[in-house]
Amino acid sequence: MSILEANKPALQPSPAIAKTSQFKLARRSFKRHWQLYLLVLPPIAYFIIFKYIPISNAVIAFKDYNVVQGIWGSPWVGTKNFNAFFSNPVFWTLLQNTFFLSLYAIVVGFPIPIILALALNEIRQGFFKRTVQMVTYAPYFISTVVMVSMIILLLSPRLGIINQALGVFGISSIDFLGNPDFFRHIYVWSDVWQTAGYSAVIYLAALAGIDPTLYEAAKVDGASRWQKIVNVDLPGLVPTATIILVLSVGNIMAVGFEKAFLLQNPLNLSNSEIISTYVYKTGLLNADYSLATAVGLFNSVINLVLLLLVNGFIKRISGSGLW
Amino acid sequence: MFGINAEVQQKRQLQRANRVKESVGDRIFLGFIYLFLLFLLAVILFPLIYIVSSSFSSPLAVSSGQVVLWPVDFSTRGYEVALSNPQIITGYGNSLFYTFFGTIISVTLTVAIAYPLSKKTFFGRNIIMAFLVLTMLFNGGLIPTYLVVKAMGMLDTRWALLIPAAIGVWQVIIARTFFQTNIPDELAEAAELDGCGDLRFLWSVVLPLSKPIIAVLALMYAIYQWNSYFDALIYLKSPDLYPLQLILRSILILNTTTSGSMDAKTMLERQQLADLLKYSLIVISSLPVLIIYPFVSRYFTKGILIGAVKG
Repeated sequence: MSILEANKPALQPSPAIAKTSQFKLARRSFKRHWQLYLLVLPPIAYFIIFKYIPISNAVIAFKDYNVVQGIWGSPWVGTKNFNAFFSNPVFWTLLQNTFFLSLYAIVVGFPIPIILALALNEIRQGFFKRTVQMVTYAPYFISTVVMVSMIILLLSPRLGIINQALGVFGISSIDFLGNPDFFRHIYVWSDVWQTAGYSAVIYLAALAGIDPTLYEAAKVDGASRWQKIVNVDLPGLVPTATIILVLSVGNIMAVGFEKAFLLQNPLNLSNSEIISTYVYKTGLLNADYSLATAVGLFNSVINLVLLLLVNGFIKRISGSGLW
Repeated sequence: MFGINAEVQQKRQLQRANRVKESVGDRIFLGFIYLFLLFLLAVILFPLIYIVSSSFSSPLAVSSGQVVLWPVDFSTRGYEVALSNPQIITGYGNSLFYTFFGTIISVTLTVAIAYPLSKKTFFGRNIIMAFLVLTMLFNGGLIPTYLVVKAMGMLDTRWALLIPAAIGVWQVIIARTFFQTNIPDELAEAAELDGCGDLRFLWSVVLPLSKPIIAVLALMYAIYQWNSYFDALIYLKSPDLYPLQLILRSILILNTTTSGSMDAKTMLERQQLADLLKYSLIVISSLPVLIIYPFVSRYFTKGILIGAVKG
């Protein structure tokens, strides 16, 4: 299941002819594939310029960056920017908002695609099944801007259809987006609406790959549909589900900027300000490059550590992780 | 021939027999599954239908909240207003530009790195792959990347939307997996013996054999370009370079409507039109993607699955 593992044999020639042969191998390869080495130069330059130089640029988190002296010329200030962030009262709010938003998204967003895939797997191939798949998959292609606009229109206190429906039951209209308590529900459930069908695809493929003899055995044993789901389908989904869970828990602090930023307004900011939106505002709107970089770096490091921890943990209990 | 037919028939009979054997409990359970899926279908379809119906209603019907499911007082006024707005037209044109050229650049660069990485005899492929995958785990962050784009002189130019996010590591993995499993090594060796260079082989043998994966990559990049707004938000300043999504944001979310001094009636009309315009805009901007969607969802699924096998 690993990206790197698949190639390992190529890197490990028989130990007896280790080093010199490695060198010869390289020379032969350069000679034989010089055209391909030229071909990979532009993409590699891309990765160096747009992915690795930014990583080295992140040193400004430890500096007092100013445009005149540039990235390397600006004075070092040690952990001043980090201290400023940690001692800022906004620190804990940001951490909590980011963490709870993400946790909520996982708790809801992880099981629903699995349930959808299991349900789709039970029904007969045909028009209805195709329609359900097609329709549940479609919202994935809607852009974030349009998605948020739809949310705002549907939830609008003035003419949103939701408030009109509530009005029928005599409930006075609610300003959903102006109330911080609703922010997480809106964010998470609209996400489920948009991505459940897309996420189910991968589970459907895993279900299709389950050994058919298991189903036959279940049938012989007189298993009901429910028992078959619990005893054959679910165990068959465990490897796929594990990977997806590792990835989402590992990325728990990396909530995307795009949707939260658009759903924000001054009224719900107490729950909707997350690390990525704060980085944008401090960095690009207030032009405090060093502080914003420090916050971003702090976030990336936490993320990486979390991902490694979760992966290690899962590996220990189930024997298979991401790598 | 006969044997196979008989076998098929036997199988069908067996299946029929199995279906008959289903217990009452199973049937009730299946009934619940159908109900659940119908419910999901309704929940997903309703907002979509509501938006489209509103966009085809009259300004008054929309702003007085008469639309429930179907258009009320059918009108195309919203579309007329949207399509006569120069800002929207410019945005649409820009988005087409970014999508078209962005996709070409992205697919080219992705293939350029994915194909060499798929060859077992390409020395250093594992190091290069690790070099790419590492960027998925750790990145410099918003400001350090912004500083690079600035240093490259790309700020407030069209390049800022075409280059900084050109290659996706995930897409490289998908393409590499495809090349590995679909281009036999023997083919490349035979071509080499005949004196065909790697580039010519890539161009005249690999690419024609790889149309499905090119389609997958192109779609993924194109939809990303069409839908994204974040890069434009941070890198662009001039409104005439804005892609459609950024213009949508200012009209739909920030509610910027030009209003001067006018009498109450025009104000009211304007307000009504502004409400209607939002629905039409949503439809117009999502149209290209939703039109091609039924034809391409198959490829998209394939893409996810190829990536998942080796991911």
